[in-house]
Amino acid sequence: MIAPGLHQGGEAAAEMPGRPHRLAALVLKESRQVLRDPSSILIAFVLPLVLLFLFGFGVSLDASRIRLGIVVESPGPAVRDLAESFRGSRHFDAAMGHDRRVFEEALALGRLRGIVVLPAALDEGRAGRGQPEIQVIVDGSDPNTASFVQNYVRGAVAAWAAQRAAYTDARPPALTVEQRFWFNPELSSRNFLVPGSIAIVTTLVGTLLTSLVVAREWERGTMEAMMATPVTAAELLVGKMLPYFALGLGSMTLCVVLAVFLFGVPFRGSVLALYLLSAAFLMPALGQGLLISAVTKNQFLASQLALMSGFLPAFLLSGFLFEIGSMPAPIRWITAVVPARYLVPCLQTVFLAGDHWPLFLRNIAAMLVAGAVLFGLAARSTRKRVA
Amino acid sequence: MWTRLKALIVKELLAVLRDPRGRVILVAPPLVQLLVFAFAATLEVRNVDVAVLDQDAGRWSGELVHRLEGSPTFDEVIRVESPSALRGLIDRQRVIAGLLIGPDFSRGIEGKGAADLQMILDGRRSNTAQIVAGYLTGIVEGLGADAAARSDAAGVLVVPRNWFNPNLNFQWFMVPNLVAAIALMIGLIVTALSVARERELGTFDQLMVSPLRTHEILIGKLVPPMLIGLFHITLYVAAAILVFGVPLRGSLLSLYGSALFFLAAVVGVGLFISALSSTQQQAILGAFLFMVPAMLLSGFATPIENMPEWLQPLTNLNPLRHFLVVVRGVFLKDLPVREVASNTIPLALIAGATLSAAAWLFRRRLE
Repeated sequence: MIAPGLHQGGEAAAEMPGRPHRLAALVLKESRQVLRDPSSILIAFVLPLVLLFLFGFGVSLDASRIRLGIVVESPGPAVRDLAESFRGSRHFDAAMGHDRRVFEEALALGRLRGIVVLPAALDEGRAGRGQPEIQVIVDGSDPNTASFVQNYVRGAVAAWAAQRAAYTDARPPALTVEQRFWFNPELSSRNFLVPGSIAIVTTLVGTLLTSLVVAREWERGTMEAMMATPVTAAELLVGKMLPYFALGLGSMTLCVVLAVFLFGVPFRGSVLALYLLSAAFLMPALGQGLLISAVTKNQFLASQLALMSGFLPAFLLSGFLFEIGSMPAPIRWITAVVPARYLVPCLQTVFLAGDHWPLFLRNIAAMLVAGAVLFGLAARSTRKRVA
Repeated sequence: MWTRLKALIVKELLAVLRDPRGRVILVAPPLVQLLVFAFAATLEVRNVDVAVLDQDAGRWSGELVHRLEGSPTFDEVIRVESPSALRGLIDRQRVIAGLLIGPDFSRGIEGKGAADLQMILDGRRSNTAQIVAGYLTGIVEGLGADAAARSDAAGVLVVPRNWFNPNLNFQWFMVPNLVAAIALMIGLIVTALSVARERELGTFDQLMVSPLRTHEILIGKLVPPMLIGLFHITLYVAAAILVFGVPLRGSLLSLYGSALFFLAAVVGVGLFISALSSTQQQAILGAFLFMVPAMLLSGFATPIENMPEWLQPLTNLNPLRHFLVVVRGVFLKDLPVREVASNTIPLALIAGATLSAAAWLFRRRLE
């Protein structure tokens, strides 16, 4: 599979000693090699599809119908009214009961996310005995959902109190807080997870695919065969890189099309910014792939290293799902060398907020610096091998 | 038969432990997982900055800013002078939220009109933004309650109580999850590699022509990864209790009982993958292709009930999903044995199905 391409590359180099021709021949050879290898098509187009489906459908932080138990201790008009407003809300799937013990077991087994206890004091209120307290018991074993349940219940109670004040002619609550979520008013977690996952997919193509394929060439000795030709190490790396660069942009385009047309994520920025950002990100991603393959020269080690140093950090340490600011300081410092960390906020911005060049340029610069360092290291370890 | 089995199991264990690659796999991923996941994989919100535009400059708005500065959640409270400055800070992601305190805030909160307060949040990070909105609302409500106490205006107070995890400590959620995740990862990789390596070296055919029967080979391949998995589970349970201080409220016995079936199911999947693949490379990619969806569709990071309705039933095929309920339940909730059992039955079914499928594939290859 590789031999004919290589043969052709060697021939081209012999016939056309000029540098641009040599490079063109190399790129042609590498492109053919990519197109003929089913595993590169698998990693570049099938894997991204699978991942995007998983992130788009499987990973969601939006609690849509929260299962609540509503405890009504004594059904006065205000209590009944509030209980009904919980039942009518599209955020909750509320069950009614008179005794909280009925719900306590369901909460422990995870069948309910929270219990709301409506006190009789809601009806006796305004007697000057302080404020009636509504207790919200949530399942803390899932902390993120627990704080959402608290917020939603708080919001529902506040809305009910405002509404009730309007028709019972009581004085409205003095304090109203208006919340506005910019860029993503429907508060869909998919809107930020899908753009972020494009960074992970591009990492897979840039780092995993490149390191696997180039490591195979080292294993088979075809890399040394290339070195014996007049091609320089820099040309070799550039020739290797260009086809994967195109492949990376291709799978990124596929992801963007799916994100917009299948998942309905708004795209408010410019296509130019998107491609500039992706191109800048592919530099460190490809550089890392080439470096891994040049250091390990073994497919097994290369795949493990690519997953450990490329995929996992892009998933965990990029701010894609987990907030970097909440991590302990040493881990926050580590994130500074994860290239995906610079791409994820830009992708979220270019999709949801629009072009914001000061943010983009700063991050592009960071990615290019990382790319230059990784390419320098890759070129050094490739050259060392020849000597 | 027992001597043969014992010999095979010892041989398998040695094969993993003697191989430098095998040793790397046994040590590196568990360490990395424990250190990085336990600390980095958090949906908690800390160290965020907020901006405040105070158009009131009165007593209560000053008090509000003071309380924000005192809150441990917020790192820095940046005062801005104009709405456009506030907008710029949010655009650049310098702050996650902005508070616009209207000119009549102090008068309103004392009961002379409506107090206007607007929160602007960065929806690009909508999960964090909603949690921050919750914190901010809590602070503002506390302020409102204090003001109301002086002006005797009655309101309703919402008092949250968090069961099982009173401080909503995220590590109490993540570290028990990791016990299940590490068992999945180790079980899969060790199994997938062991068969594929024998295939590549050609020793698998030797094994097949030895006096060992197919089911004996299967048991020989099943037991060593399970032992290694149990070792890692024990290590992680110990770390959860001793290092991370996660309370263990249920019975360890039921946790281990369920873990046996979980490991059998995982190893079954691993054997099935390696029966399908002919090289180590394919086995690794296959294990990866199983592991990523298994982690994402298990409730490990995000709840299953948030997934679309059509996807939820599919997660029942995922062994990790059932075992996560057990681990989390045994740690934090003292899950009754009846519930542990009802989550273990699907694990037994998955184990039975994948192991017999792997056995069938091995036998078919022999013919």
